[in-house]
Amino acid sequence: MQNRETRIAWYFLLPLLVALAAVALWPLGRNIYFSFTNAFLDNPTDYSFVGLENFATVIEDPVFWGAVKNTMIFTLVSVTLETLLGLAVALLLHRAFAGRGLVRAAILVPWAMPMVVSAKIWEWMFNDQFGLINKALIWLGFLDKGIAWTADPSLILGTIIFIDVWVTTPFMVLLILAGLQLIPEEIYEAAEVSGVPAWKRLWSITLPLAAPAIGVAVLFRTLDALRMFDLSYVIAANSENAMTMSIYARDQLIGFQDLGVGSAASTWVFLIVGLVAILIVSVLRLDRNTT
Amino acid sequence: MTGPKRYSNQAYRRLRAVKRFGLYAGVAIVLAYMLFPYYWAIISSTKSRASLYSFSLLPSLDFSNYISLFNNPIFMGAIVNSAIVAFSSSLISLIISLLAAYALGRLHFPVSRIILICVLMISVFPQVVVLSGMFEVIGWLDFYNRPAALIFSYLLLILPFTTWVLTSFIRDLPTELEEAALIDGCSRIRILTHVLLPLMGPAIASTGLLAFILAWNEFLFALTFILTDENRTVPVAIGLLTGSSRYEYPFGQIMAASVTVTLPLLILVLIFQRKIVAGLTAGAVKG
Amino acid sequence: MASVTLKEVSKSFGAYDVLRSIDLTIDDGEFVVFVGPSGCGKSTLLRVIAGLVPVSSGDVFIGGEQVTDVPASKRGVAFVFQTYALYPHMNVARNISFALETARMARNEIRQRLTKVADMLKIRHLLDRKPKQLSGGQRQRVAIGRALVSQPQLFLFDEPLSNLDADLRMEMRFEIAKLHAEISTTMIYVTHDQTEAMTLADRIVILNHGRIEQIGSPRELYDRPVNRFVAGFLGSPRMNFAPVSFDVSSMSLLGPKGFAFEGRLVGDAQPATLGLRPEALRIVKAQIPRSIQGIFERVEDLGYEQIAYVRLTEDLVWTVRSADPLPDHAAGQPVGLAWQTKDLYLFDDAGMRVDVLAATEPFAIEQS
Repeated sequence: MQNRETRIAWYFLLPLLVALAAVALWPLGRNIYFSFTNAFLDNPTDYSFVGLENFATVIEDPVFWGAVKNTMIFTLVSVTLETLLGLAVALLLHRAFAGRGLVRAAILVPWAMPMVVSAKIWEWMFNDQFGLINKALIWLGFLDKGIAWTADPSLILGTIIFIDVWVTTPFMVLLILAGLQLIPEEIYEAAEVSGVPAWKRLWSITLPLAAPAIGVAVLFRTLDALRMFDLSYVIAANSENAMTMSIYARDQLIGFQDLGVGSAASTWVFLIVGLVAILIVSVLRLDRNTT
Repeated sequence: MTGPKRYSNQAYRRLRAVKRFGLYAGVAIVLAYMLFPYYWAIISSTKSRASLYSFSLLPSLDFSNYISLFNNPIFMGAIVNSAIVAFSSSLISLIISLLAAYALGRLHFPVSRIILICVLMISVFPQVVVLSGMFEVIGWLDFYNRPAALIFSYLLLILPFTTWVLTSFIRDLPTELEEAALIDGCSRIRILTHVLLPLMGPAIASTGLLAFILAWNEFLFALTFILTDENRTVPVAIGLLTGSSRYEYPFGQIMAASVTVTLPLLILVLIFQRKIVAGLTAGAVKG
Repeated sequence: MASVTLKEVSKSFGAYDVLRSIDLTIDDGEFVVFVGPSGCGKSTLLRVIAGLVPVSSGDVFIGGEQVTDVPASKRGVAFVFQTYALYPHMNVARNISFALETARMARNEIRQRLTKVADMLKIRHLLDRKPKQLSGGQRQRVAIGRALVSQPQLFLFDEPLSNLDADLRMEMRFEIAKLHAEISTTMIYVTHDQTEAMTLADRIVILNHGRIEQIGSPRELYDRPVNRFVAGFLGSPRMNFAPVSFDVSSMSLLGPKGFAFEGRLVGDAQPATLGLRPEALRIVKAQIPRSIQGIFERVEDLGYEQIAYVRLTEDLVWTVRSADPLPDHAAGQPVGLAWQTKDLYLFDDAGMRVDVLAATEPFAIEQS
């Protein structure tokens, strides 16, 4: 009977396994395979093995390191800001007030839009001449004349981070709120009755108990930020000041048609993301053991 | 009265009123931050070319941007393409992952945990990593520059997500219900279709909607695997909408396009709000 | 109608053994109750018989036929679940007839059977309702109806009354007993409630840590428990225990506070524990002969009976149950406890009951 159940389970799983093999494992394997060849996209059947040459080409390219640096800064700053902002908003929306359900739904708006649309809306608001933000800042007296937020090389990464924070904070809020809702109300009531001040309730009760939910949210967001492509691609086009690892790899592959180097770049991205993932997961585990 | 100092009842009442006001002020700020950009997009989309630069916060109800957008065959074609791609890939993913979720969530099965972890790992790895291999597979299948290329490649995006979410939904259904169905003589597939599926209606609707949104919003694959304008999907079409120079950027039209492609989604999200939140957090909180 | 036989049935989940080599025969038409503390494996054993949980080893027979690998639906069993497990999206009628529908029975016959069952359980007026619109007791009836309609040869109940409040529980208990009397199909009933076990069962199976401790009629189990676990499990308040040792030279049993009595034991068993049910004890004046001494702590008056707590030593408090009002005692007052020899139970080191051939009533000795 046990065997029969296992067999049925495999039947049910078969479509998933086949599909994932076709769209994930096989392409991933081929990507790594191509990394060791000098294939070109226009004729991918004609190639020979070149060993680690492509990997060397990539790490000797300063543009790649620029992309890595941009991605790391982007990930670190935006995830930090999103976490803090997300936590603040989640704590606010966790309180009881009229219309709470509606507000929680409304904050999903930025998240549900295509990234391209968000990028375009903010590009319009950040427009140097006709943008609302420059206009408002000039009106308030902070600026004399409009700033080219999306064109100035020193500002562009900051602008992208600003937009990303707007887009992904709702996701953070949702995950943290779900974590907060798992904390039983009685714990707070007990703390309140025994006179524990609000800041201490936050620091000693809410944060430790919500930490697993926050940890998971940070992990997801970090891995998502590391592969960021669309926002930077739409806002910064091919500015090297905002080029991410994903854009770099795709440029090599599609832009320069260089299947070998492009695949090697992708493989580097894969290794870097994997490393960060392992790092975060082990840090989270460590926390769990000490508390 | 001994113990720490206590204020008068009236003082506490005032304090509470202040806190209350602070709470609502905070909520108002959050709402403004989250919603104003979209509001501004709507306003801008209804302004004529001349008044676009006037900064009025009220709509001017000029629909010329929408009219020219709806007369743009490439944009309308992109909407149709997006709808076909997103609908097909979500439907295929739902069917495949529902079957898998039943096996993973319910049947006693030794490697289910390992498979779930693999699924989760696939959902977080960067799409660019499979780009070259996917390019090759799409070439073999002769899908290049066709919507089928996207329907196929989007399975990578959607399947792990739907599998994970549906598994956790199925786990939440009471086991006894299924035991009752087994005693009543149902086969596994009949249990899935006649007992679990009817109960999962809202869960499947919201998971499907989230899957649809994922596919509808995707950019990288859509940009890479589609070559010609008439096969493009909406995000790429909007991304590539440009004027002849930077100063002739058709912002009014872009805003109209942005509003058009997001409004239906937003309405659906608001309707399914509760279930969507459950779906998004299902895997994360318990996993 | 069928008998059930289990041969060396074991079940483990990973490294955890839930059932350890269970041997059991249930006769045709019998009402058997599985009872035991939570985690003892009683629910798993029921699911093994139903075919919902595969055995790790051993064999299951129903009606003399080997069914170890037969799926649940082909075993001719019906199952009533603790949470009722009614399909929330189907109305009562469809809930009851779903199994028949699945088996592709003719519509006419389904209707006939449905009507018969609905009349029997007096739920005809509920047939169009959804489970959500029913009260707890009504849901319970529907769950039983769903079991009845397939005309099983074996009924399995998994704590069916535990989600009901006290009044309803009594009513449904009575209904289930009546049902068994009417259709006399074999029934197996799992519960942790000893009242249900005592009142419903022809025979009770007491389980602990995945093993059968004892099988027997309620009376048998109550009067002649094979071991200390069974003795302590049945009865409320539970049996009073005290450690004792047997002194060969004086042929007497020595208790913890220096109480002792002469005794003759069968064989060479060494009693380690003494047991007395609360209703076997009487409170008497302190220091009178043939009693042991304690301190009166408090009394709980339940109206129909009284329960008194008497402290014998630092960490040993005995309960005394009495249907008649107890004389007034102040807390802290010294009292004596007396009993009749026939009510005395003795258990050896391993907890097995030791037969008492003869024993005198207790007498106080000097503490050494």
